[in-house]
Amino acid sequence: MTTKLIGEKVQRVEDERLLRGLGQYADDLVPGALEAAVLRSPHAHARIVDIDVSGVLDIEGVHAVYTYDDLTGAMADPLPLLIPHPSLTQGRTQYALAKDEVRYVGEAIAFVVADNRYLAEDAVARIQVRFEHLPAVVGIDAAREASNAVHDDVPDNIAARFEQRVGDPASAIASAPHSLELDLHVERSASMPMEGRATVARWDNDTHRLQVWSSTQTSTGLRAAVAAKLGLDLAQVDVMTPDVGGGFGVKIVHPWPEEVLVPLAARTLGRPVKFTEDRREHFISSAHERGQDHHVQVGFDDDGRVLGLSVRFWHDHGAYTPYGLIVPIITSTQLLGPYKPGSYEVTFDSLYTNTVIVTPYRGAGRPQGVYVMERTMDAIAQRLGKDRTEVRAANFIQPDEFPYDHGMTFQDGRPLIYDSGDYPGLLTKLKDLVGWDDFESYRDNARAEGRRVGVGLACYVEGTGVGPYEGAHIQVETSGRVKVAIGLTSQGQGHQTAFAQIVAEELGVPFEDVELVSGDTRGMPYAVGTFASRAAVMSGSAVALTARMVREKALRIAAEALECSVDDLDINDGVIGVKGAPDSTIALGTVAVLSNPLRYAFDEASQAATQFSVGDPGKPPVAEDDEPGLEGRDFYSPERSTFAAGMHAVIVETDPETAEISILKYAVVHDCGTLINPMIVQGQIHGGVAQGVGGALYERMEYDESGQLVNASFMDFLMPYVTEVPTSIEIDHLETPSPLNPLGIKGAGEAGVIPSSALFASAIEDAEGFPITSMPISPSELFALRSTHEDRR
Amino acid sequence: MTNDTEELHDLRLVVNGTPYEISVPARRLLSDALRHDIGLTGTHVGCEHGVCGACTIRMDGKPIRSCLLFAVSAQGAEITTVEGLTRSDGELGPVQQAFKECHGLQCGFCTPGFLTTITAGLEENPRPTREEAVDMIAGNLCRCTGYQNIVDAVLRASEIADEQGGEVSA
Repeated sequence: MTTKLIGEKVQRVEDERLLRGLGQYADDLVPGALEAAVLRSPHAHARIVDIDVSGVLDIEGVHAVYTYDDLTGAMADPLPLLIPHPSLTQGRTQYALAKDEVRYVGEAIAFVVADNRYLAEDAVARIQVRFEHLPAVVGIDAAREASNAVHDDVPDNIAARFEQRVGDPASAIASAPHSLELDLHVERSASMPMEGRATVARWDNDTHRLQVWSSTQTSTGLRAAVAAKLGLDLAQVDVMTPDVGGGFGVKIVHPWPEEVLVPLAARTLGRPVKFTEDRREHFISSAHERGQDHHVQVGFDDDGRVLGLSVRFWHDHGAYTPYGLIVPIITSTQLLGPYKPGSYEVTFDSLYTNTVIVTPYRGAGRPQGVYVMERTMDAIAQRLGKDRTEVRAANFIQPDEFPYDHGMTFQDGRPLIYDSGDYPGLLTKLKDLVGWDDFESYRDNARAEGRRVGVGLACYVEGTGVGPYEGAHIQVETSGRVKVAIGLTSQGQGHQTAFAQIVAEELGVPFEDVELVSGDTRGMPYAVGTFASRAAVMSGSAVALTARMVREKALRIAAEALECSVDDLDINDGVIGVKGAPDSTIALGTVAVLSNPLRYAFDEASQAATQFSVGDPGKPPVAEDDEPGLEGRDFYSPERSTFAAGMHAVIVETDPETAEISILKYAVVHDCGTLINPMIVQGQIHGGVAQGVGGALYERMEYDESGQLVNASFMDFLMPYVTEVPTSIEIDHLETPSPLNPLGIKGAGEAGVIPSSALFASAIEDAEGFPITSMPISPSELFALRSTHEDRR
Repeated sequence: MTNDTEELHDLRLVVNGTPYEISVPARRLLSDALRHDIGLTGTHVGCEHGVCGACTIRMDGKPIRSCLLFAVSAQGAEITTVEGLTRSDGELGPVQQAFKECHGLQCGFCTPGFLTTITAGLEENPRPTREEAVDMIAGNLCRCTGYQNIVDAVLRASEIADEQGGEVSA
């Protein structure tokens, strides 16, 4: 019996290196590389009249300065619009360096390369730009009003209008026994990984090859973008993702301007070049997310069952649309959560503003969608005087209704069909975990002590594991060690450990013998990237399928060597043995030797493998339809996404004097299908909850009306420290394995962050007794809301 | 640093017990000197304005933000970076070991600053309560872990140090 590893809390193999200070992040690589700095627009909207770079190259140690006029060929074209969509009729992307006009504070205007970053910044400071100021469009209201336009040729600021409809919600709402309307707002936040963006490139003029290291979430995507922009064959470009200090979505855009400018400079100068973003740059030039306004109309019956739901929302996508409509499409579809409204329609406008671009941030549109739906559920419960869990239960898709087809199209262009789930089961577990049924008496006691407490819950379904595919390559070396390559990148999710667990179990080798390299286009040039909780589903499945393929080949070769049937063989701890015959064994490493008939003997293993010592001289050394070596490469490409689900509950206390909001208890129930490593999943939930708390209570991007981001530092943009997160999180799992992939995995990366705004709004509303409709909510905002509601009383 | 126009200052630092002599401009940050002049890239820079704590090192025993100090200000100082937390026999130090056991890191970028901060903290207070463990790390930002496991790691490190005879540093 092979040792069971999938589902075990295996300690991470990547940790040793990271704990010793031996991690290799992009800025740690290629010592002596020249360093770049970027001149960024100080204005949110302006025409560039003139750029004067004279004198810049006179600074000793400065090697190059680029403006738009220095760019040629594809580099002079706008950056790619990565995900086109038929509704995105007015898509616009920026240039690598601004041409004629800047549309947000932070847009790249010039790129300087010098001996080091200090000198590069000196040089940037010498560049003189004359601007003609244009009016800035900041915020959704200004964009909708369209008194000014972000792009001259898009006078209404609308890049896309998209609608989907199932049934006839307008008449369902009109004829429903009850109806409600809600306006709900969510602020902008950002991924804010501890490591910013970084790129290093080295051009080898002798071999005409480019090596790029980037903190990207997609090495293959960046490779394609660099090759296209620099006019190189794909085969001339290698992209490696070393250790990456967190991503959460912001590192998925490919390419960022600097990711093509660095390779361009490296090739032109014949010297390695590096760009490492500083924190202020990250705030003003790397993507944000979340900013949306929503208007909800809902009709429901006496049980709270939703008969018709109509949602209209406005998405602030910033100055350009490189990542298409992914975020608002996710909001529009995923707001349905675990529910099945009688009919549903959604329309959104994706709007230009003179602010940083918006691309997915952990959760990607789902936090807003869940906020919309869960606020609606709470409002229905309030109207009917029902328990909030009862209203939700009345709307759940039932366990026997899977696969459940919503009749809509998901973000991947595939039908929105949920694969499996048990939502009533999750709710039961959540109520137990948080003590839902006992809360009223707890509240009464607290009130008697002069304390205000509230409980909230929020339910979500998360489309995970989007395609189109991921692959894996596995090779068994003659030493018996197993080398695995996946193209998917990693930024701290423990891929080296989790995927080695799968290989060890599926192939039957010791965990310690498996070594995994991720995100290196040299090892696996076909891959998509790390986002949308897809790593475990996609690469996990690809790794499992490939391990099975290698296992099959190993057994076939071993059967020949041991002169038995494949069915009689098993692999344990890297040794193939005949079932019931303990002496009849062959090591996997030896099978690797046998698999590769060589002509030359380099060492003992290859000596054993020469065609003069193995095989049947009457047959070709490598059979038809076979390949030398004990290795395999396979891909997993799903029909459609998997759908993980979960529910969170929180008990908060709001200070009657200061309106400070404290977390007393936090509970999570979670269904991500099969767990590969529960310790890693728990870590993902902890981290997600912390980001969720940040999004719900602290984080916002404060733009002034001229488009300046006034809180672009960690002193002013508040992210949770240890003092802001729940002291402990009660976690319970429920596993409804996905029928769509070989291991039944559903993905867990974003779960923790998705329900938070809805959750805290629900709990604070419960504590305070008036509606919470705008998130995040700070103590001062809560204080102000109290005054408003007291005035009205 | 190949630029000739900036005045360079000769500097001697003892880092993790090894003396280094470097020449740097007056404005060179200590974090950059450690990372790029000396080549110890374990110290990370997350914000360059002293808030996140990723660049925390120990200077003459005290935890300090190396991004807020010019290298020239550290003339003659005894510095410990994350690379110096490993035990002389090559095994992980107690805080490093505790982080591994408790899954106290994900991407690992903020980790060096946590490790140095906690090492200094445990020297001052070898048996912290949970509340004191929270205080000990309250000045460091982590975007991945949610901190619960880091608090566990502080407490576990205290136990490991105890089991190993009370020494928390290498």
